[in-house]
Amino acid sequence: MTKFIDGLYYSESHEYVRVEGNYGYIGITDYAQNALGNVVYVDMPDVDDEVEAGEEFGAVESVKAASDLNSPVSGTVVETNEALDEKPELINQDAFANWIIKIELSDKTELDNLMDAKAYEEFCDKK
Amino acid sequence: MENKRTCLYDKHVALGALMQPFGGFEMPIQYSSIMEEHNAVRQHCGVFDVSHMGEVYVTGEDAEKYVNHIFTNDVTNAPLHKIFYGMMLYPEGGTVDDLLVYKMGENEFFIVINAANIDKDVDWMRQHAEGFNVAIDHCSEYYGQLAIQGPEAEDMMENVLKLPCKELLFYTVKTLNVDGEDIIVSRTGYTGEDGFEIYGSHEFIRSTWDKLMADGHCKPCGLGCRDTLRFEVGLPLYGDELSEEISPVMAGLSMFCKLDKPEFIGKEALIKQKTEGFTKKLVGIELKDRAIPRHGYAIIKDGKEIGEVTTGYHCISVDKSVCMALIDFEYSKLGTEVEVQIRKKTFPGIVVKKRFYEKHYKKD
Repeated sequence: MTKFIDGLYYSESHEYVRVEGNYGYIGITDYAQNALGNVVYVDMPDVDDEVEAGEEFGAVESVKAASDLNSPVSGTVVETNEALDEKPELINQDAFANWIIKIELSDKTELDNLMDAKAYEEFCDKK
Repeated sequence: MENKRTCLYDKHVALGALMQPFGGFEMPIQYSSIMEEHNAVRQHCGVFDVSHMGEVYVTGEDAEKYVNHIFTNDVTNAPLHKIFYGMMLYPEGGTVDDLLVYKMGENEFFIVINAANIDKDVDWMRQHAEGFNVAIDHCSEYYGQLAIQGPEAEDMMENVLKLPCKELLFYTVKTLNVDGEDIIVSRTGYTGEDGFEIYGSHEFIRSTWDKLMADGHCKPCGLGCRDTLRFEVGLPLYGDELSEEISPVMAGLSMFCKLDKPEFIGKEALIKQKTEGFTKKLVGIELKDRAIPRHGYAIIKDGKEIGEVTTGYHCISVDKSVCMALIDFEYSKLGTEVEVQIRKKTFPGIVVKKRFYEKHYKKD
């Protein structure tokens, strides 16, 4: 069963943002990890890199192909999930628990452009 | 153009396979996961629907002479039931296709070609048959094909499918009569493991598949792991490591080109490459990082692009990021340090042998 979690913000390119105060934790959704298959490498930006809403900030690689990561929101990278360097398969085990980057949000109004869990689930169903 | 379907299409869909176009066919890429299927073949046994492959019979008085004319390997006076790997070449040395030639009778050869090249190959064979007393019978529509691969493949063949084959040596073939139908069984494959390939009517292939699924030991495997398996043991894929631009000499496959034969199409070009040298060579590259080099990514030396990746993966059996790449000859020496451009960054790599995992064929 594909998981959809309430309280997160979702993009059409299958990333999520979990907001805590001025910070956003960005990862890929359970739907995305399922579609990708075994994740074998996560290409992450460096701390202090700027990310822009809708722009590529890295990639998740499955055995077969590389998929770009697009940031749902803008901000500055304050942390990357280093556990994924050694164990990229954590994303397959629990995509929502294993975020990829933590950013300081520069414009929280951008969250309004994203979907909630219900809208995202409907979006996935249509595919 | 609409993609074709193999005789097992409905069974793949029923198993929930991810279906994607390959070589003009709608093919299963994976059923469960590429890694699971890959490991099943390395450790136990997997079955692949490879019915997309093309088959051609060459028969007639000049069959041997004709095959030797279009094919780089040498079938002269070959023992009955021996199988040869080799290429058909353009006169300039580029590759039309790589193929298997099965010697089925004194004047009878069964030829297996790549799905994506079927039309091109059959045209090529017919064009070059002039002056030879041969019949070229294209029978891809008739045959379905299964590949049963892995250390337990022989057990599956003998005990589940009741197809006696344990006496078959590597790269030999036999025909079996099953319920009045002649089927072809060879000890061949494209995974680096022991295994068999079975050619028969659609009906036979469907019932064979059903027997394996009902038994449950042999895992259905898609083209996804077929590629990771063949890649790890350094086997080429036409379109990546061999092409109209890439000769077998450049790809390191000279052992399958018998330059001591009186003649074959492309022979002069290969001799020239061997004696005068050639510009690009296929190598292996191992990365220090986990980043994955993919087809088409640039290989860099001292800021200059020297070639590109033909196939790359994070190798499943040895847990390393590696690729095959076609690079300028002068940098192809083992141990040469290069860089691979992966998206915005470059990663250090080193030229290595293009066999990343040892084959486990059953040769005696």
